Amino acid sequence: MMQTQHPTVTPAAPPGVQVISPLREAWRVFRGNKAAMLGLVLLSCIMLLMVVGPGLYGVNAFDIAGAPFTEPFVQQQLWLGTDYLGRDILAGMLIGGRATVMVGLAAACITVSIGVTVGSLAGYFGGWVDTLLSRLTELFQVLPTLLFAMVLVTLFQPSLGVVVMAIGLVSWTGTARLARAEFMRLRHLEYVSAARAMGARHLRLMLREILPNALPPLIVSATLIIGVAILFEAGLSFLGLSDPNVMSWGYMIGANRRNILECWWAVSFPGAAIFLTVLSVSLVGDGLNDALNPKLHLR
Amino acid sequence: MIQLLVAVIRRLAWAAGLVVAVLAINFVLIHAAPGDPASVIAGEMGGGDTTVIESIKRAYGLDRPLHEQFVTYIGKSLRGDLGQSYTYSKPVSELILDRIGPTILLVLTALIFAIFAGTLLGVFASRKPRSLLSGAVTVLSLVGYAMPVFWTGILLVILFGKVWPIMPIAGMRDVRQFGVGGWSAVVDVLHHLVLPAITLTIIYLAQYSRLARASMLEVLGSDYIRTARAKGLSEWVVTFKHALRNALMPVVTIAGLQFGNLISGAVLVETVFSWPGLGTLALDAILGRDYPTLLGILTFSSLLVILANLLTDLSYRWIDPRLRGK
Repeated sequence: MMQTQHPTVTPAAPPGVQVISPLREAWRVFRGNKAAMLGLVLLSCIMLLMVVGPGLYGVNAFDIAGAPFTEPFVQQQLWLGTDYLGRDILAGMLIGGRATVMVGLAAACITVSIGVTVGSLAGYFGGWVDTLLSRLTELFQVLPTLLFAMVLVTLFQPSLGVVVMAIGLVSWTGTARLARAEFMRLRHLEYVSAARAMGARHLRLMLREILPNALPPLIVSATLIIGVAILFEAGLSFLGLSDPNVMSWGYMIGANRRNILECWWAVSFPGAAIFLTVLSVSLVGDGLNDALNPKLHLR
Repeated sequence: MIQLLVAVIRRLAWAAGLVVAVLAINFVLIHAAPGDPASVIAGEMGGGDTTVIESIKRAYGLDRPLHEQFVTYIGKSLRGDLGQSYTYSKPVSELILDRIGPTILLVLTALIFAIFAGTLLGVFASRKPRSLLSGAVTVLSLVGYAMPVFWTGILLVILFGKVWPIMPIAGMRDVRQFGVGGWSAVVDVLHHLVLPAITLTIIYLAQYSRLARASMLEVLGSDYIRTARAKGLSEWVVTFKHALRNALMPVVTIAGLQFGNLISGAVLVETVFSWPGLGTLALDAILGRDYPTLLGILTFSSLLVILANLLTDLSYRWIDPRLRGK
């Protein structure tokens, strides 16, 4: 068997020239992007509130904290008012982000895993594998996303796990197409042929040679998918299709949906939280896009 | 010409294959869900003992082997028989035909406004990529993308239902106007259409303006645009005749996809405004555990997507001669 270990050669920089790693260069570009930094700061604040907020505030979001329909900014203890059952909105806002963001992250993980697996196999092997997997992708593209997720959640009972699976199952096709295109482009490049000539197996070529170079666009799309997944979870919850035992922003909106006019705050505040979270995630995603794919600048 | 014909026939055959595949997925879903269909049906009818369940199994053919059931299901669906609704005791296909009108009215109105305004915004923004307008388009698309669509709708409901009540916030007709026909009925429906259509337009507008801007920026950098300018053509002609025509392709693609996916797009908006379309029908079916209706809507909307994709694909070949043989 031939040796598959590559000698790593680090080109020595001429004296007086500073070598900048690609990662540091990407961070420099990202840091210079005001919108992206705003998104990052906003996102960090939201995360911080979510992690330490519930502990500091110390009110159970499912407990009855006061009279139903208490208006916000009126009572000292109930800053953001109460919902139709008298539950504290602020407590729900603080803890509800955890489930929403976790669902978003988990669904994005599933989406990217399925998408990259399908796309990389199709793009790397080509031929009948590509035909088969592309047809499969096309089939899933035909299913109406939200409706299909609604059906899945209804048939298998709404729990966080099912919601995550449903979102993952309906949204992987875009990532698969992206990964396929990247693997197709890269598999014919000389450095891949060189590695193949050195005896590298398929798995090594795919994971160690091609994947790292296909990563930048995939990372960007994964970031954007987190935002889409959060919106998706919120939409399902709004329709009443979320886990009723877990407090999430989406659940708050869904539970108070029928009383929009009586207590607008119970729906508007969680909605605003979702909006700000998705906005900050997509600002970061756009910033990453500029930083990692400099060729696409000004598109 | 023969090449084009062969390509079209292959495309049609693939579309037919997709239809069968979608039906297969539906079939698998029904049988993979926890609880067997017969007891679910019996439950919906108010519970039942084993003899009732056995008779239901016979009536629905559930006692047959799976592959036989599958063939029957496909055959029935292809003939347009999507089963009976538990809740409404009506054929599902009839229910869908009753509710498709309002959904098409809502989605088409929003799409037309969004494509028109979004393309114009995108075109003007692309002319000066660093201008104020261009920045505004970017902000608009970011905000429109991040706003949960139902939240936008709810904000409009609060604004026009509570703060400044000048617009109807629910339904498609005024209760006092039932039975009234003619122009006043049209005006009434249009009045009810305003808020849901605005909600949906905001979301679509964000996508189209961004798409048109990106697509125009790419086209405006190409050689033939420089040639057109060098010939001394006016900027107006260069922008709208030479650039826009080529920049429209991605817009056409997304419009086709979105029209096909119209039920998914409308379900949240329809729910906020109690718009009597397919989206609210789907939600009612979920709340009432009316599986035939729910799966019927899923089948029907997948068919719409397949049809829309087919039309988009064929229109490409018509627009762009280079694609004809592919």
